[in-house]
Amino acid sequence: MSQWTLFEVFVRSKHGLNHKHVGSLHAADAEMAIENARDLYTRRSEGVSIWVVPSDAITATTSDEKAPLFDPSDDKVYRHASFYELPDEVGHM
Amino acid sequence: MSKYDQLTELLLHLGDSAIVQAQRLCELCGHAPALEEEVALMNVGLDLVGQARNWLEYAAERIDDGRDADALVYRRDELAYRNLLLVEQPNGDFAVTMCKQFLYDAWHYEILNSLIHSSDERVAGIAAKSLKEVTYHLKRSADWVVRMGDGTDESHQRMVKAVDHLWRYVFELAQLDETKQSVIEQGILPGGEDLPERWLAMVTQVFERATLGVPAPAPSIYLNGQKGLHSECLGILLAEMQFLQRAYPDASW
Repeated sequence: MSQWTLFEVFVRSKHGLNHKHVGSLHAADAEMAIENARDLYTRRSEGVSIWVVPSDAITATTSDEKAPLFDPSDDKVYRHASFYELPDEVGHM
Repeated sequence: MSKYDQLTELLLHLGDSAIVQAQRLCELCGHAPALEEEVALMNVGLDLVGQARNWLEYAAERIDDGRDADALVYRRDELAYRNLLLVEQPNGDFAVTMCKQFLYDAWHYEILNSLIHSSDERVAGIAAKSLKEVTYHLKRSADWVVRMGDGTDESHQRMVKAVDHLWRYVFELAQLDETKQSVIEQGILPGGEDLPERWLAMVTQVFERATLGVPAPAPSIYLNGQKGLHSECLGILLAEMQFLQRAYPDASW
């Protein structure tokens, strides 16, 4: 099926609050991609909601940008909120 | 005349149709046109195996001669099978495979929609569970019929040929046989009187979207799945499906 479009699949699980990337698949259009995603990625009750996105609609970082983009935050632990006690009322963060 | 009552006949009809359709789908394992499609076809097949188990376990309890659902599936001969003629037909190309699936799904969806209101609670329960699965089967197969029918010249021609080839077996879906009439009267299949019309309306609606013509009503032929009079395809299918239990009775692992 060389003419089919590659889609990235995002699934929200029963207990999850956000959609997570689970993999990719080929389909002729978005509607078929949803059906294929249902059959490929939710057959063991993994999800309650599916997003599909054409892979070529995603702009990604490249590996040679890794150092300037991500390394500078490695030594800035104070940016994590780990020094505070979180009140229960806050819930998910 | 059958030695079973009409409810048992209906259970065999539903269970056998599901298991034979599932076996045909299993034949495509490793041969589907795309990986995604293969998993989808196998999922449908597995759903149908599960449904067949539910119907045939109930049938086995009513027959009550020591056989369980496995014995009914793996040790019964062709003449004792009660499935629709349509589902025993070979897969052919992908157009035949999906057209056959769709014609069956449309019928399956409509009969389950009646059975969920059955006076028999166990039938209603199995139907309710099956209906969720079959609603998805129908959406998928209808989408494929529209995709291919309203697709390229090649895919359209193949769908036209598939409809023409399969239509001779749909008289069983377009008519109410003695068993169905009897279970309608008993309240086991409430609202089943217009099952043939509902099936045809569904087929017509999808064929219109697929730019396919609906053929004239198929006449009955001498074959009759509900009476065990099958086409030659079923014997070959059963020979493969039943081989292990026939060659090594009670084999387990």
